[in-house]
Parts: sequence; structure tokens; C-alpha cells
Amino acid sequence: MTAWQSVGRVRWGWFLLASAGLVLLPLVSEINTPTLLLIWALFALSLGMMWGYAGLLSFGHSAYFGLGAYTYAIAVVNVGESTLPLLLAIVVPALVAAVIGAMMFYGRISDVYMGVITLVVTLILFKFMSATAGDAYAIGAARLGGFNGIPGFQTLNVPGRPEISLFGLPTYYICAAALVLCYLLCRWILARSFGRVLIGIRENEARCELMGYDVPACKTLIFAFSAAMAGLAGCLFANWAEIVTPRVFSLGQAAEVLIWVIVGGLGTLIGPILGAVALGYVKILLGGQTLIDNSLILGILLIVVVLAIPRGVVPALQRVWMARRRWARRREAQGGGARRRLGAAP
Amino acid sequence: MDYAGVVGLEILYMIAFLALTSAGLAIVFGMMRVINLAHGEFVMLGGYTTIACARAGIDIYVAMLVIAPLVVGVIGLIVERAIIRFLYGRMIDTMLATWGLSLLLIGLVTLIFGNTAVSVPAPIPGYQLGDYQMGGYNLFIILVTAALFVAMWGVLKLTRAGLIARGAMQGPDVVASLGYDPRKVYMVTFTVGAALSGLAGGVLAPLTGLLPSSGGAYIAKAFITVITGGAAVISGTLASAVIFGTVNQIVSFAAHPVTGEIAMLVLAIILLRLMPSGITGRFFRDSI
Repeated sequence: MTAWQSVGRVRWGWFLLASAGLVLLPLVSEINTPTLLLIWALFALSLGMMWGYAGLLSFGHSAYFGLGAYTYAIAVVNVGESTLPLLLAIVVPALVAAVIGAMMFYGRISDVYMGVITLVVTLILFKFMSATAGDAYAIGAARLGGFNGIPGFQTLNVPGRPEISLFGLPTYYICAAALVLCYLLCRWILARSFGRVLIGIRENEARCELMGYDVPACKTLIFAFSAAMAGLAGCLFANWAEIVTPRVFSLGQAAEVLIWVIVGGLGTLIGPILGAVALGYVKILLGGQTLIDNSLILGILLIVVVLAIPRGVVPALQRVWMARRRWARRREAQGGGARRRLGAAP
Repeated sequence: MDYAGVVGLEILYMIAFLALTSAGLAIVFGMMRVINLAHGEFVMLGGYTTIACARAGIDIYVAMLVIAPLVVGVIGLIVERAIIRFLYGRMIDTMLATWGLSLLLIGLVTLIFGNTAVSVPAPIPGYQLGDYQMGGYNLFIILVTAALFVAMWGVLKLTRAGLIARGAMQGPDVVASLGYDPRKVYMVTFTVGAALSGLAGGVLAPLTGLLPSSGGAYIAKAFITVITGGAAVISGTLASAVIFGTVNQIVSFAAHPVTGEIAMLVLAIILLRLMPSGITGRFFRDSI
């Protein structure tokens, strides 16, 4: 795969088509499920950006998703207006990730140990939040509520107008806009030299370092950026669910997003999005019945993908598509087309 | 005085718990550099095997000390042949595939046993230590752990099989050129590791009720114990089990059990940052 292909670009035709589809979807479908799928897609995009392009695998990415959700809930209970909480839900996870990332990357910790540390951070948050029942655990006016979480906080409102709260259709459009904007932001970053350095780090870290790039700083930066996106997804999730519980930090959540990304495809942006939407939808369908356990399906899927298509479905399809096009072109060159072209050339 | 005895015994029990639940993972990680994220589910399967056998009328000691390791060992063998052997040398992929395996096993056990807690009464009654009621079964766990580690040390240090296993760990090429197939060594190692996880699950089953998702409770602690311990299987696991067990219980007694667990996890992150190759990467380097 050449560098150009792995950076990718926006295919504006497809992009506009997809955006139009997102705008028109509420006309033909209920919006509760699509909203959730969009939030999951944004979460998967955040991990896909960092894992697929910089090669950094966070085993516990749900930590930042959950931090976003909790930050929003705690802040909005205290402030009563949603603009500042929304910003905090993006900034706080980014700062936490920056601190943890700096600790890991400047310490030259290898990828396996990075997996362990990110997983442990998630576990700490899960254990702590589950144990915060009682009045002693409160931040300002917000009681953390232990395993039951924080219910009944205010959802997003029009900035500066706390009395006009947004839910239902506006939430759907906010999630859609967030996903589309984050996608474009990721594309923009990847098209810049910073994006190329990230891919360089993925391909050969030592070489990048020898060429004079500050690898730990780049890794910390992309980790924080990814966490910010995950935090935004968490904040939107809090708005969708209208409750946050420690389950947002759970290992199950961490495993799910990882499976969406790897099944969808590493090294693409659309792969994680499609993976999250497709598998998320399957999960919702399976949730309606009790015959087959959801984790059974996810487990088999993860094993099969790792063994058979370790880079994911979308890159595999891309390869098939490219091979077919090459094959068609060669056939054309051997057949009548070639003669015509040869005849035309003097 | 009695209180000091209680605290001391609880610390000892916690150390034994960590060492016991980590032994299988430590063998697999130390010998093969494979991180088995389904380790917790192997422990859980050992527990379910024990409880199923005990309910079928088999003597509980036979169930936990013989049948549980055998059953989980066979499962480990199947897993190694079907999944792990294709992924040697690809650490992250192994972690992902074994995470998938963990989800698969949870789903499977939920399907068979249902999502309800099962338990079996402890076969050893409690006893009185001064004013405190103590669980007699905890002492049994401490004994089993001590015996297990002595046996592991004996096998690795004194037998020919142990010599080959240690050789395969240090230099697979050299072992291969001497006529032993490293892949076969890995297969046996993984099976033994799984069997030890089954043993741990069986022995612990009477203490903790079991759910299909119980594996998650073991994996994190086993994980940090093994990784912080470093490459040396026995001394590394014991060293980090002593550190984490002591810290966990002292903080638990001083504050709250959850605080104890969190203190242990935070300590793990700090230790990994200070010693990225584990305790035995820096101290006791030539130990096993």
C-alpha cells in the first residue's frame, strides 16, 4: 500500500451522498436508534484514528468515553446551562489522556504495556465510580450515585438559552453534525504533515525519531485528540441516554469499540464508522432476543477477523476492488481497446 | 494482638490469591510471551467444572484438584491448536484474539448455565482467632498456593522437561537445533498454563460465587501481577504478588476494600512506568 493510499482523501461524491442520507434519514425512520448508532460511530472513529493511523492501541478507550459522559453530567448539574459542560466534556478527557499518554510515551513503554496501562486506567475508573454511592461522594451539587449513576440531568440546550432544551430530532442532527465534522477534521489532520508523521510512526518509529520528529510528543497529541473525540461521543451518549452509569467505563464497552474498529478496518476512517453502525445495529437486534448471547457472536467475530482478515473488512474489500479494476484494465489492454489505442498513437 | 494476626493472615491470603490466579498466566506469558486475555475465563471454567462435579456427587477435593485442571487443560490445548498457534510473534493480535475468546466463553457459559450465580459451600469450617471468626478455607488456599509454587520450581529447575521449557523460552532456535520442536514445547506450555488456571478456579470456587462474567474479576489482578513481575515466572510473580497483596490489604484495612483495589491498580501503573520490563527485569535477574 503506498503512502498516498493509506492517507486517503475525501471522496466528495460519496461524502455528499452520505451527508444527504443522514439529513433525510429522519423522514423514513425513527431516530432513537440511528442517534445511538451515530454516537457509537463517533466513538469508533476516535479509536480508529489513533489505532489505524498512528498504530497506538488503547485497550481501555471507554475510559475517555465515560469521562466525557460523567464530565458533562457533573458539570451540567452544577452549571445548569449546557455550553460550558459540553466543552468541558471534550477538554477533560483530552487532558487526562495527555497526562497518561505523556507518562507512557515519554517513558518509552512498548505497545503491550500500553495496552495494560490503558486497561488498568479504565478499571480504576470503573471501580471508583461504582463505589461512590452515598452523600459523601458529590462534586458540587452532583451526587455521583455509585452503581446507579447520575440520572435526570439537563440535556443540551441552545447556547445561552437554558430554557430551550434540545432533544429528539435536534439531538439526532447534533450527533450527525458532530460525526461529519469530526470525520472532516480527521481527514484534514491526515492530509497535513502531522498526519504523515503519524503514519511514519506507525510504519517505523525509530526512523521517524532519527529524522528529527518528536515521536513522544506526536503520540501524546494524537492520544489526547482521540480522547477528546471519545469524550464528545460520551457527552452525546449521556444526552441520548439521559443517565450516566459506571457501565460506560466497563470492559465490555472497551471491548466492543475495539471490535467495531478492527472488524470495520484499520487504516481507514470509514471502516470504524461502518463497523460501529453495522455491529451496533446487530447488537440492538440481538438485544431483543435471549436465544443467542451477544458476547458469543462478538467473540466469534473478533477471533475470525483477527485470524482471517487482520486489517478488517473495508481494507480487504478495497483490495478486492483494486484487484478487479486492475484485472479489467489488463483485459481491456489485451483485447480490442488496446489495438484501438495502439492504432491511434502515431 | 489478635487483630494483628487477622491482618497478617488476610495479607497472606491476598498474596496467595494473587499468586494462585496469576500462575497460569505467568507461565504462558513468561515462557511464550503470549498475553492470554481469556485467562480469567479459564479460571471461571475451572470454577464451573468444580461446582458441576460437586453437584454430581464427586468428592469436591477430587473435583477441584484433579478434574478442573484436566478439563481446562484440554480446553487450553484445543484453543492453542485452533487459535494461538497461528499468532505466535504477533502479540497485539494474540491479545485481540484471546479477548474474543474470552467473550466467546462468557457467551457459551451463559448459554449453558444461565446468567445466575452458582456456588458450593466451603468444605472446611471456620475457626475462632480471639474475638474474630476466620475462614478455615483461606488457610487451605495458602497451602495449595505454596505447594503449587514449590512444584513449579521443582519441575522447571530439576526435571528435563523443565530444562527444555526454559531453553525454549531463552532461545527457540537453539532448542530446535538440538532436536526439540519449540512449537510442541509451546503447545504443552499453553496446556499446562490453562490447567493451572483451571486449578486456581477450582480451588477458589467455594469462596466466591460464580457468574459467567466472573473471569473479569481475576483477569485485571492476574494481569498486573504478571506484567509487573516481569519475565521470570516464579520469582517475578511471587515478588509482585507480595507487593500488591500487602498494599491491597493494608489500604483495605485502613480505609475501604475498594480503595485497596484502586491503590493496587495505581501502584501497578507507577511500577510499570518505573520498571517497564517488570521487577525481575531489574532485580533477581537470573532467577526463574
